[in-house]
Amino acid sequence: MKIAISTQGENQSSEVNPRLGRCERFIIHDTDTGKSNVVENGGRLSSSGAGVATAKMLADLGVNAVITGFVGPKAFAALEAAGIKIFIGAQGTVEQSLKLYQDNKLDEAQSANAGAHSGI
Amino acid sequence: MRISIASGKGGTGKTLVATNLALSISDQPVHLLDCDVEEPNAHVFLQGDHIDQQVVHLPIPKVNQAKCQQCSKCSDVCVFNAIALFDKIILTFDDLCHSCGACWHLCPHNAIEKIDKEIGAIDKTKVDNITLITGKLKIGNHASPPLIKKVKGQCNDGGINILDGPPGSSCPAMEAVEGTDYCVMVTEPTPFGLNDLRLAVDMVTALGVPCGVVINRDGPGNVGVLDYCREKGIKLLMQIPMDDRIAKSYAKGTPLVKEEPAYRDKFNQLYQVILGEV
Repeated sequence: MKIAISTQGENQSSEVNPRLGRCERFIIHDTDTGKSNVVENGGRLSSSGAGVATAKMLADLGVNAVITGFVGPKAFAALEAAGIKIFIGAQGTVEQSLKLYQDNKLDEAQSANAGAHSGI
Repeated sequence: MRISIASGKGGTGKTLVATNLALSISDQPVHLLDCDVEEPNAHVFLQGDHIDQQVVHLPIPKVNQAKCQQCSKCSDVCVFNAIALFDKIILTFDDLCHSCGACWHLCPHNAIEKIDKEIGAIDKTKVDNITLITGKLKIGNHASPPLIKKVKGQCNDGGINILDGPPGSSCPAMEAVEGTDYCVMVTEPTPFGLNDLRLAVDMVTALGVPCGVVINRDGPGNVGVLDYCREKGIKLLMQIPMDDRIAKSYAKGTPLVKEEPAYRDKFNQLYQVILGEV
């Protein structure tokens, strides 16, 4: 299973970026191999629909779940269509957020928890 | 002839100038076009007979799921991310759509049809010599340029058109100014007014529209604006003093030239200066 965590940095000890569509990078953690890699979020450079573009990229990478702070209405609809689970309320470092997720301490989003364009 | 009114900063007096200028022109029919479609207010000062209302629509895509082969072409060509393929589902996001038509033109399976989305309305009112055209953006819609374009389509090229624009210097303000013969920049003698005046002047210059400046609420503190105009070689068209009586007549919704008839000559003078500049 692949889990993507939104971040402003480049590794496990980097701070989480609570914004989804406009975050700089994702750390993709593969729970099967225990390995992680970093991907640039090209979607954030979209003039509009950054959340949608980001969701498309995550779907193309075969991600199964995403950990972030906030998700807007369009990104939520897109991730839901792609079958990607969304866990919100991430904080601290990538490593800490992953730990919170593994301890079942992050909520799975049932709807958007931020308004459109609030990540800008 | 088309005269646009811009400012950069909001609340400097664009509508004050636009309405009073319109009321001070008697030699030609005047169309006053309220292009500030997010919050039009020229109709507060010019109340007349309502002639016509036209609802404005834009085309947006609707996917026929039965015909769709999930080829992803539409998703790939949409730079606005307004249509996107996820797994086997095509999602459309109406408020991101710019109605460019790439998706329905390029769909290889003819699976996308155009449907109309209402974006606002255009009201037409007749007030003596003036035809007032008011664009009203539908609440919840955030893209005003397409509606402004439709409002501009009501210009009467056999007469004088005054286009009262929105504040700012981005797409909506550009749409109102683009293609006009002259732009009247209304500013106020404050650092904020001057800062945004600079941005707006750069914007109209890039569009190739000549402009001049009106200082509203003029008084102490105007040195910065005067210096800037001198430096840039921008014509100072008019100075409207800071005056309680002007504020009071505006607050009542009474055009200044009706409350203080002496201003009719001053605004006609502004009109003559603009004619000389074009």
